Amino acid sequence: MTILIFTTLVCLGSLLAGLLGSLTGLGGGVVLVPLLTLFFHVDIRYAIGASLVSVIATSSGAAAAYVKEGFSNIRIGMFLEIATTVGALVGAFIATRVPTRAIAIIFGVVLLYSAYLSRRPRPKSEWHNPPDPLATRLRLNGSFPTPEGLRHYNPVRVPAGFSLMFGAGTLSGLLGIGSGAVKVLAMDQAMKIPFKVSTTTSNFMIGVTAAASAGVYLNRGYIDPGLSMPVMLGVLAGSLIGTRILVKAETKWLRIVFSLVIAVLGVQMVYSGIAGRI
Amino acid sequence: MLPKWTDQKVEVVIGNLLRTGVILSATVVLIGAAIYLLRHGGSSADYRVFQGEPNDLRSVRGIIQRSLHSSGRGIIQLGLLLLIATPVARVAFAIYGFAAEGDRLYVAFSVLVFAVLLYSLIGTA
Repeated sequence: MTILIFTTLVCLGSLLAGLLGSLTGLGGGVVLVPLLTLFFHVDIRYAIGASLVSVIATSSGAAAAYVKEGFSNIRIGMFLEIATTVGALVGAFIATRVPTRAIAIIFGVVLLYSAYLSRRPRPKSEWHNPPDPLATRLRLNGSFPTPEGLRHYNPVRVPAGFSLMFGAGTLSGLLGIGSGAVKVLAMDQAMKIPFKVSTTTSNFMIGVTAAASAGVYLNRGYIDPGLSMPVMLGVLAGSLIGTRILVKAETKWLRIVFSLVIAVLGVQMVYSGIAGRI
Repeated sequence: MLPKWTDQKVEVVIGNLLRTGVILSATVVLIGAAIYLLRHGGSSADYRVFQGEPNDLRSVRGIIQRSLHSSGRGIIQLGLLLLIATPVARVAFAIYGFAAEGDRLYVAFSVLVFAVLLYSLIGTA
């Protein structure tokens, strides 16, 4: 395959991944590495490097729109980024030391888990917690605009959320994904932060987390310009188009189809890892 | 005396910073892509075997030097470096923003995150 054809096909594939990821809210990063390794036979280290770069692009692009709406909490974001960036560094160092087969298997398991998470009904998060002493000392309490005026919220269980964030960072650094699902889980479920605040703050944090491992990947020679270029431009274009066309009626079916695709790719990644084909 | 800043003002500036960073890096990547594809579009693509990038595509200094020689791959890599630098700039600005708000605790947190990012980018070569 010539570079021109390869670049065009990878760009189109990434565009589709970015589009589906943004329409379903599941993120496109998670299908990029399987797409590149299983269909384009790219070495998983190059694939992770390219995916990481595209994660920074989509996160920053989306966060730029979200911060202005006043939902994301920059203090919660900054505090938890201490955990995610250190985790991302650890993940990136692990990635340079474990065999690629092991990374493929872990990747497959994470894909299967995120397919499961996306099928679970979203729990109603209407928390009304009394202020938590530690969260208050860390100034994590916040508010966001609603049609009925400002709504205040008080995060709880800060140590649990912080530890989960470290795990999310490690996964992000090891696999080159945004691991937004784990970040939302840590904020929404563990710290009982309202869902809208959790998702937008998570998006805000993904770029910084990915940047922490991208440095290691760059220095180790895992980020190839020829491969990262179509991936980054494709995913960015796809997710921008996705945020423009809000077809709300169709997203339910899209979510079902996309989570099935994620599950199939997960099985395939685990199989390829065990068979030693990655 | 620094001007009085609020969380909301900091958020607006951060939003603009992120948007500018993404647009700038995508533009640089596109320019590099045009040069790269015009010169090497006909060669065969092979990413099956991992070789690692050459040294001058791994370090900040190497990437800048290579892109000055208008190498397509070098310019793309410069664009990707700008993209990686965008969240780093966001954290750097947060240090300033929290300082202007007089929030010492969060200045310390931001400095910590900034140090981790710098270490990753420069310290792990």
